[in-house]
Amino acid sequence: MAQEPILSLRGVSKKFGAVSALTDIELDINPGEVVALVGDNGAGKSTLIKVLAGVHQPTSGVIRYEGREVSMESPAAAMRLGIATVYQDLALCENLDVVANLFLGHELSPYALDEEAMEARSWTLLQELAARIPSVREPIASLSGGQRQTVAIARSLITNPRIIMLDEPTAALGVAQTAEVLNLIERVRDKGLGVIMISHNMEDVRAVADRIVVLRLGRNNGVFDRSTSHQDLVAAITGATDNAVTRRMEKLQ
Amino acid sequence: MSAPLDRADSRVTHDDSLRGVIRSFIDRIKAGDLGMLPVAVGLIVISVVFSALNPVFLVPNNLVNLLFDCATVGIISLGIVCVLLVGEIDLSVGSISGFASAIVGVFWVGEGWPVLVAIAAALAMGAAVGWIYAQLYNRLGMPSFVATLSGLLALLGMQLYILGPTGSINLPYESALVSFGQTLVMPKTVSHVLGLLPGLVILVQGQRRRLRRGKRNLSVPPLGGLLARAAILTAALQLAIFYLNLGRGLPWMFGLFVLLVVALNYALTRTQWGRSVMAVGGNREAARRAGINVRRIYTSAFILCGTLSALGGTLAAARLASSSQQAGTGDVNLNAIAAAVIGGTSLFGGRGSAYSAILGIIVIQAISSGLTLLNLSSSLRYMITGGVLAIAVIVDSLARRSRISHGRG
Repeated sequence: MAQEPILSLRGVSKKFGAVSALTDIELDINPGEVVALVGDNGAGKSTLIKVLAGVHQPTSGVIRYEGREVSMESPAAAMRLGIATVYQDLALCENLDVVANLFLGHELSPYALDEEAMEARSWTLLQELAARIPSVREPIASLSGGQRQTVAIARSLITNPRIIMLDEPTAALGVAQTAEVLNLIERVRDKGLGVIMISHNMEDVRAVADRIVVLRLGRNNGVFDRSTSHQDLVAAITGATDNAVTRRMEKLQ
Repeated sequence: MSAPLDRADSRVTHDDSLRGVIRSFIDRIKAGDLGMLPVAVGLIVISVVFSALNPVFLVPNNLVNLLFDCATVGIISLGIVCVLLVGEIDLSVGSISGFASAIVGVFWVGEGWPVLVAIAAALAMGAAVGWIYAQLYNRLGMPSFVATLSGLLALLGMQLYILGPTGSINLPYESALVSFGQTLVMPKTVSHVLGLLPGLVILVQGQRRRLRRGKRNLSVPPLGGLLARAAILTAALQLAIFYLNLGRGLPWMFGLFVLLVVALNYALTRTQWGRSVMAVGGNREAARRAGINVRRIYTSAFILCGTLSALGGTLAAARLASSSQQAGTGDVNLNAIAAAVIGGTSLFGGRGSAYSAILGIIVIQAISSGLTLLNLSSSLRYMITGGVLAIAVIVDSLARRSRISHGRG
């Protein structure tokens, strides 16, 4: 691919005392691409996300953002670079309306809030995402789970990031709502952003991911595309062709 | 022209007619979004009951006295609104106000400082106390409930200490401070002109909002509703002012209180600081992740509360023309907190407005004034005020439960 990746990691390691949470991680994120990060519990997915979000600093290795070598000392620094994160527990203020939540911390004209501009921008953004929010002046508490996920994703886009990271975006959602959020992820990708998505749900991963990066015990354990069979993916995640999941599958057949 | 941005979704009904407005109001009430309704109902019940028991209750001069009393505790209650909005509490506002009144008495009358310097010292004390509470909360994780409860005792001790063995200091009657607290009222024309301002502001702001919404391709609320609101408010205010002017007139001290309420309301609803206060009160973790400096918000809320309490205490001293050991004790604490809650500021944080202080304190003071007119002993007054506070908190809790079950958080 001629395209230059927005973000690339080379030999990134993270140690917590004697424990190596991440070892020599290599990862590239291209614009307009959804990368799924999968792995078992303790594989290092969350640590990797936290390194990219600026919560943890890597022990060694190089992170390049748009070709420049960068170090992210804090979540705010990562956000300034253009890396936005949507956490699993959305972190929305239920007592505030959609507009207030979208612009929280980034309000327009701080000493005389420009409500009209913020509301108009909210509607445009939500329409770009083809999100179905009935009113942006209702408190978040009145929205469904899928709508809240939409608001959380839309909020991460307010600052015009180049990359957004989603931690388990579909974990708490029903079937229809999951499909809506997956559509949303595709639309964000089509806007030319790089998307990193953590998920335990292989079906969702295969539905939207352009590449599937498997982590195992803190190391890269292969990169797959969405045509990879379920069995191969599970094998890469668990590290063996003989495991509890495949045995169950065989029993069913 | 395409549909306005906010009306593009066909699933949502928008009814701007009068019937639609009334129906959506009723729906909101049913869902537990009570707003100012309990206050309106409370005030009507109180006026009917007390004027039936003693016709003096609604006499203009009694209402003027009521407004003088409202201003002092009302300003303290405004401070309480700030801390309640971030989901904390300050139980020592009474002691802060008492200590402030003692500072003014001791330094102004006792030591001969200029009155403004003495007041500034009292306000600085209030701010410092608020800052200390914020540090105890932010750095040591001390619940504000406990920190301010110990502050209540400590400050009361300091008040007694600086007042010394005599225990009370009389403030000179002819001074500007005391006449501000006891007699100073607006000239009739001034009060009527000031009474036009709120309606005018609503009209100008509303029209500006309509134009700006139109420019952004958002739906524009009808002009009729705006005019009606401004007209009704202006008529009500002019009538009230006319009635008060049949007596002594509108106190300047009450004017100061209203000015502070309007200023705080602007800060809470139209600035980034106010948005952050609401966010911290609603979901502290979400606010932190949005990049809000949560500690600074807590600090600002506690400092504001302390300062406003000290100002309220200073005015209370002016109202009584004395600084005494009794200042700020008794029911001041509870009245200030009760006023905020009765006015619609939730004890659970993130919900309420500056106006709740003014509405709530009028209810509280009306009850207290009515009971005084009936010559009831303070034992009964305490019991009744306690009951009213309990009812207000019950209404708040029930409304909150209903909001949650109706998905309005």
